[in-house]
Amino acid sequence: MLTIDKYLRPSTLEEAYEAAQKKNSVVLGGMLWLRLANKRVSTAIDLSALGLEYVTEDEDFWHIGAYTTLRTLETHEALNNMTGNLFRDALKAIVGVQFRNLATAGGSVFGRFGFSDVVTALLALDASVVLYKTGALSLEDFCRMGKVNDILTEIRIPKTPVHTAYFAQRNTATDFPVLNVCAAEKKETITIVVGARPLGGTVYRFSAAETAENMAERIAGDAVFTGNTRASAEYRRHLCRVLVKRAVDEIMAEREGI
Amino acid sequence: MEITILLNGKKRTAEVRADTVLFDLLRDLGCASVKCGCETSACGLCTVLLDDKPVLSCSVLAVRADGRKVDTLEGLQDEASAFVGFIADQGAEQCGFCNPGFVMNTIALLRENPDPTDDEIRQYLAGNLCRCSGYEGQTRGIRAFLNAKKEGRL
Ligand SMILES: Cc1cc2nc3c(=O)[nH]c(=O)nc-3n(C[C@H](O)[C@H](O)[C@H](O)COP(=O)(O)OP(=O)(O)OC[C@H]3O[C@@H](n4cnc5c(N)ncnc54)[C@H](O)[C@@H]3O)c2cc1C
Ligand code: FES
Ligand code: FES
Repeated sequence: MLTIDKYLRPSTLEEAYEAAQKKNSVVLGGMLWLRLANKRVSTAIDLSALGLEYVTEDEDFWHIGAYTTLRTLETHEALNNMTGNLFRDALKAIVGVQFRNLATAGGSVFGRFGFSDVVTALLALDASVVLYKTGALSLEDFCRMGKVNDILTEIRIPKTPVHTAYFAQRNTATDFPVLNVCAAEKKETITIVVGARPLGGTVYRFSAAETAENMAERIAGDAVFTGNTRASAEYRRHLCRVLVKRAVDEIMAEREGI
Repeated sequence: MEITILLNGKKRTAEVRADTVLFDLLRDLGCASVKCGCETSACGLCTVLLDDKPVLSCSVLAVRADGRKVDTLEGLQDEASAFVGFIADQGAEQCGFCNPGFVMNTIALLRENPDPTDDEIRQYLAGNLCRCSGYEGQTRGIRAFLNAKKEGRL
């Protein structure tokens, strides 16, 4: 159980950041992951009054505020149109609508959970993140970064239309994925991300001229898979081969309008 | 901390701790329909509407509901009574424990999408777990209700 001594709803990012530097304080996203922890926190910092719930666009990027819910992304028509319905496909199996009405994009990305469907999908879109003090960096770099005590304010997605395919294997519907694979094709490059190995998403890039079989073999041979209570390493490797091929076949077919 | 919520259309003020969850507040305010199954955001039993959106009341801090609208089954009896009989007719419920969460989320589904396909029903209700049934009865019940509505039998 999460025990909270003090609740703070800052009205500026600076105030939130200052509070987050204090020992034993915690930043709240949707709080769904946080509340599973059995710990006591001195101050819980609620980001809900900071105006971080938005999806906007300019010429180059989609801007997603950290406090935007997963449900907003899943149902956002323009965002889904540009990404081949990636958000709809990748997020639909995360627990349920009631859950996705609470879970935030910022909490999902900041957590950098190995199993994350959200991170796997965003990595395939070449997303970047904006941290209040650290500034902007690619999501790929953020995923490699160690622990950071900052506030994630925004996620950015380049505004280039992409063909995508998303597959996640679950032992039971709405459980954590055993493996997830996202493929995205733009400008003759195919980006493939394999997550929930159970380690987090690893990014591979190929020329669109390569065959689906080659890509699948190379990733399955290269990526690190381990076993846990949900699946063995070998099963994950096998799934990887199958799902990568399926994902590439799907985007190729989409590209050719089949 | 003192908070005020608009609970089932009535203003209610309550004293809550920093870590009180909405579920506990609602039970204290007499909403016995709201039940807790897992407390880990996984089962959907504790579903309520917060500003008209279905959420898991076990996972929302009560302070986050301050100044907002909260609806539970106590306030939505008329809306629920339109379809619950159809679900019961299908023998969908066995122990019935999951029922309040299913009903609340079905209300949300039908408000958002008044004419869902069977797949859309399954998709929307996927976060409501039932340990007894295979979910087919609930889907058939909602389908029977929608058909009756379309055919003017309601
Ligand atoms: C039961 C359960 C099942 C799940 N199943 C899946 C699944 O199948 N697939 C999947 O992809 N995900 C799954 N998730 C993860 C979920 O989708 C969210 O990613 C997760 O709950 C975190 O989002 P949140 O908004 O609740 O963040 P929180 O729990 O509030 O926060 C998570 C972490 O991020 C920090 N944080 C939050 N927001 C910010 C910010 N803006 N700046 C800095 N730090 C911040 C918090 O301090 C905390 O350390 C599951 C979670 C649960 C609890
Ligand atoms: S009791 Fe809230 S989701 Fe199970
Ligand atoms: S009828 Fe028993 S849990 Fe659903």
